[in-house]
Parts: sequence; C-alpha cells; structure tokens
Amino acid sequence: MKEDRNMERREKQYEERDSKREIIRIEKLKRYFKVGDETVKALRGVSFTIFEGEFVTIMGTSGSGKSTLLNTLGCLDTPTSGEYYLDGIPVSGMNKNERARIRNRKIGFIFQNYNLLPKTTALENVELPLLYNSAVSARERTERAKRCLMDVGLGSRLYHKSNQMSGGQQQRVAIARALVNNPVIILADEATGNLDTRTSFSILTLFQRLHREGKTIIFVTHNPELSRFSSRNITLRDGHIVSDEYNNDIQSAEEVLRSLPEETE
Amino acid sequence: MNFTNLLKIALKALGNNKMRCFLTMLGVIIGVGAVIAMLAIGQGSKNSIKAQISEMGSNMIMIMPGAERRGGVRQSSDDMQTLKPEDYEAIVNQASGVKYISPMVSSSGQWVNGNNNYPSQAQGVNTQYLDIRQRKVAQGEMFSEADVKTAAKVCVLGKTLVTNLFPDGTDPIGKVVRFGKIPLTVIGVLDEKGYNTMGQDQDDMALVPYTTVMKRMLAIDYLQGLQASAVDEEQTQQTIDEITEILRTQHKLREGQNDNFNIRSMKELAEMISSTSTMMTVLLAAVAGISLLVGGIGIMNIMIVSVTERTREIGLRMSIGATGRDIMSQFLIEAIIISVTGGLLGIILGSLATWLIKLLAHWPVQIDPSSVILSFAVCTLIGVIFGFYPAAKASNLDPIEAIRYE
Repeated sequence: MKEDRNMERREKQYEERDSKREIIRIEKLKRYFKVGDETVKALRGVSFTIFEGEFVTIMGTSGSGKSTLLNTLGCLDTPTSGEYYLDGIPVSGMNKNERARIRNRKIGFIFQNYNLLPKTTALENVELPLLYNSAVSARERTERAKRCLMDVGLGSRLYHKSNQMSGGQQQRVAIARALVNNPVIILADEATGNLDTRTSFSILTLFQRLHREGKTIIFVTHNPELSRFSSRNITLRDGHIVSDEYNNDIQSAEEVLRSLPEETE
Repeated sequence: MNFTNLLKIALKALGNNKMRCFLTMLGVIIGVGAVIAMLAIGQGSKNSIKAQISEMGSNMIMIMPGAERRGGVRQSSDDMQTLKPEDYEAIVNQASGVKYISPMVSSSGQWVNGNNNYPSQAQGVNTQYLDIRQRKVAQGEMFSEADVKTAAKVCVLGKTLVTNLFPDGTDPIGKVVRFGKIPLTVIGVLDEKGYNTMGQDQDDMALVPYTTVMKRMLAIDYLQGLQASAVDEEQTQQTIDEITEILRTQHKLREGQNDNFNIRSMKELAEMISSTSTMMTVLLAAVAGISLLVGGIGIMNIMIVSVTERTREIGLRMSIGATGRDIMSQFLIEAIIISVTGGLLGIILGSLATWLIKLLAHWPVQIDPSSVILSFAVCTLIGVIFGFYPAAKASNLDPIEAIRYE
C-alpha cells in the first residue's frame, strides 16, 4: 500500500514537472577509467532528469562515483558512453573549447575549499567568470558582480581581499561567483565540508533561499543529514543509483541555525 | 577573452609577486643593456676609424725601412738605414703611379722663442707633404723646392706650437725661433686640425725641409721613411708593386732575398684595424647576447615555477570557462610583459651606460638605432620562446586534477 501511495505521489510530481524546463538529462551514463591494466568503472549507467527549480543532493560514500558524476555534469569530463543534455544541449560529443564555453555560460561551480584567487578582492573574484565572456562589458561585469555580492550578504565587503575573510565569507564570495553568470545550474561540491556547524547552516540557509528564488542546485555531499534540506536526494553506490527520492518535508536550515546554541568561547 | 582583460590579469599576477618579477626582469635588463652598450662601443670605434681613414686619404702609401717585423724580433740599426735619398729620387723618376711623395725624417727637441719653450717634433718633409696629408698653410707660406735643396733654416709651425711659443699673440711670421741650437725662421703656420681619433694632437709639430733635418739636426744620410699617395685609390696595390720593384733594384736584392723595406697602404691598415674592431664588436655582443639568453632562461624558470604554484588557480579558471587558449595567452602575456618591460629598461640602462662611457672614458661611442631595434626584438622573441613552454604546460592541465592540486 505504501509503495502505491509513493508511486502515485511521484507520478503527480512528474506531471507537475513535465511542464517545467529540463535542465539536466542523463541517459545510461558510463565512465570507465583505465588504471594500468585494470578498468575502474566509476559510473555504470546512471540516468536521471533534473528540472528547473530543483534542489538535489547527491549522496554517496567515497568511491561511489559521485565525484565522477559531478565532473561529468560540470562538463569537466566526458562520459565513456551515454548521453548528457544540459539545458537541452547535447554535451557528450563536445570538444574541450566548447565545454569551456558551456561551463562559462551555463554552470556555476562552488567548491569545498572555495578556490578564490589569493590577494584578490571579493569583487574581482566574482567578476572572474564574466572576464571570460567577451559579450559582457567591463561596466556590466562590475555591476553584476556587486549585485551578486550584495545578494549573498557581502555588500559591505566588496573590496576585502580573499585572505582577509573568514571561511564562511569566502564561501559566500564563491557562491556569488557561481551566480554571476546567471547559470542554469549551480553545482556545489561539499560546499559546507570545510565549515563549522553554524557557518554550514548559514550557508545552507543561503542555498535554500536561492532554491526558493527558483535556482536549480545540485549539491554533492557524503553527509546524509543534508538530504533533509533538499527537495530531492539521489544516492549513489558503486556507480549505480540506489535511491532517488523526493522530499516533501524540507526542513528549514534557518530554523536549525536559530535553534543552535549561541557560540561560546 | 579580449586582450585588455588578458593584460589586466597578467599585470595583476605580476603585481602579486613584484620582487620576483623584478629580479626576473633584471636578467633581461642587464642582457639588453649590455648588448646595446657593447654595440655602441663597437660602432663608435669603427666609425672613428673610418673617419680617420677618409681624413688621411685611403690612397696613402707608407714606405718604411727594414724588413717586415715578425713577432717582435728586435731589428739591428743597420736594417733601419736602408732607405736613402737616392731611393727617393729613383721612385720620383721611375714610378708612374705615384702622385706625390715625400721623404720623412723627424727629430724631437725643444722649440724656443725667447722665454717660451715647448717640446715637440721637427718633421722633415718636402713640399709635397701638404698634398699627401691634405693639409694647408693657413698663414704665410710653405717652404720652396729651393729651400729643400739648400737645407734652408726655415719652418712652418703647427697651431699648438704657435700658441705655446707666442702666447702673447704676436704674428709669428718672419720671427726666428730655435730648435735646439738651430735658429729657424718661421715662414708659415699650418691650418688647425685638432686631435685625431688616436688622441694625437695633429697641430703639435712643425714642418722643416727634410734636408735641414738630415744635415743640420740629425746628421744622417738615410731616410726614416717615405710617404706617398697613389694616383687613385684603385691603383694603390699596383703602385705598391711598382715601388717594390724599384726599391729592390736600387738595393740590388737578388731573387729570393727578402725585402729590406716594407710598404703599407692606408687602405690595408684601415682594413686591418676595422676587421679587428668588427671582431671585437662581435665578440662583445656575443658575450652580451649570452647574458640576454640567460635572462630568457630566467623567465622560463620563473614561469614554470609560477605555473606549478598556480595550478589550482589555473584549474579554477578553466572550470569557470577559461579555454586552454585563454590560459596560454595569460601566461604568454606575463612572459612577454617581463621581457618587453625588461627590454625597455635595458635600452635605458644601455644608453645610460654608453653615455657614462663617453663621459668618463672619452671613448668614441655611437648607439645605432638598428642595435636598439635588434636587441628589443630579440628580447621580445625570447619572451615568446621561453614563455611558450610554461604557457603550453599550463594550458594543457586537466582542470579536474588542477583544481584538486595541493
């Protein structure tokens, strides 16, 4: 009975989403690596579709293939076989330069260790993706970067250098950088992995706000707790999807943050 | 990615490592500076030799007594007395290619006029000397053939002698001065010529009939040398052969016997000096060029370090959309900025060094615009060549590995 109810609900959700834009569709994605004589099968046929406005967490232990999946979704890696459509564009057959361009226009990356340029102001860091887009003028670049920094709550720290900021602030700069090119998808790789609990939840709050504003987010993590805060959770094991579930009871990271005890020495 | 953005990125990266950037640049600065200074010295000395030769006339021939010197073997004084006045007369009578010829004998001593005296030379010549050396008598007149025949006690003073013997500015013409114990009447003053490029004062001498020097001053019966000029420059070698033949006959030298005189043309001398100076220039420039090369290797070294150090940055740039070409351009531009800025500063340094050499050592120097262009072009090229490998290395990085690089 429970199974049936689940099925029903899922069908309803699919119907809802069919009217929405497909952001990511992968079909039987396989990625094999040759290591010496052995072939490591990192992805053994993964298929799913992510629609506009979803906040998907991808879980898995190390070796589950989640990093490879992320690299492929981020157009950094090409699959051995299978199809990948990003915003309706087939990516599988693209060459290096085409992939660089699609990363620049369609994807926003957020990394575990922020990867900001050292000795560089927050503003310049955020402007960086637009520097590689010649269609954006210098003036527009600065304006958009400022807007994004204000959006993540760093309006007062535009000219702080990256090494003068805390981890949480650096990650906010990185999020602003991921937003500045208006990507169709935001890819976060363990974005809270280097942060303490309070800061993690404040960053998660930011992600949830972006989700509410309609952004599509993929958040790769090995921390199973985080699935409570996303709208969908995909779990990988040994290169296969072992579960793909929708979460209708999204917990508010903001509330958790409020319930946490104030920081004490 | 447009060029302005690339330039901005490269300048920013260089600005983050100012000291390192400057030290790398220093290699290029010194290299280019050295090349420019060395070429300026070479060019300067070559030019001055050229000027000197054209001043003297490249059709000039010098006949010296004694065999050609070999390896500094000391010559007996007999050898130095092989040229006689009869040889001079034979050349005058027989050589058709000789336009002018003058015996050369000189005596050093003290010139005295009342209370003023000055040490200088009495240059014994004949009337044709002025034509050979392209000199003129500015005031008064040259002595005559008759004066030569009679070994007259007359002289034509150079400007330096005039100013030292007549410091109060009295007209020297007609005055009697003494050279050692011999009184000589001043009948003319030579035009002013100044210093030659070897640093000799060409006005510091007086012309006296050669017969006067031989008979009255030195009491010798031989000539110290002969100076002649060929009818024209092309016939110089022919004239030399002609004179050689005449002198061998005069000296009764048999076939196989060495000449007991030697003949040099100005042209030959000029070529010898200028080829030596060209060789020196090439050598100096080559050494300087090597330092420029070392500067280039310095650029490559620092760029490789920089690429390794910034692997994560490269990975990040790639993952947010930089193409391999963007990365390559970025690093190549960094290398070129270093080499071009270094080149410009090197040109300034080289010019400054050249100016200092001129000021302090009084060497003839000349900065050839082509040497500036050449060294600048070479150092730009060095930036491209030595920047290429690290830049290519950077652009070939795999973004996945680069961004996780520790």
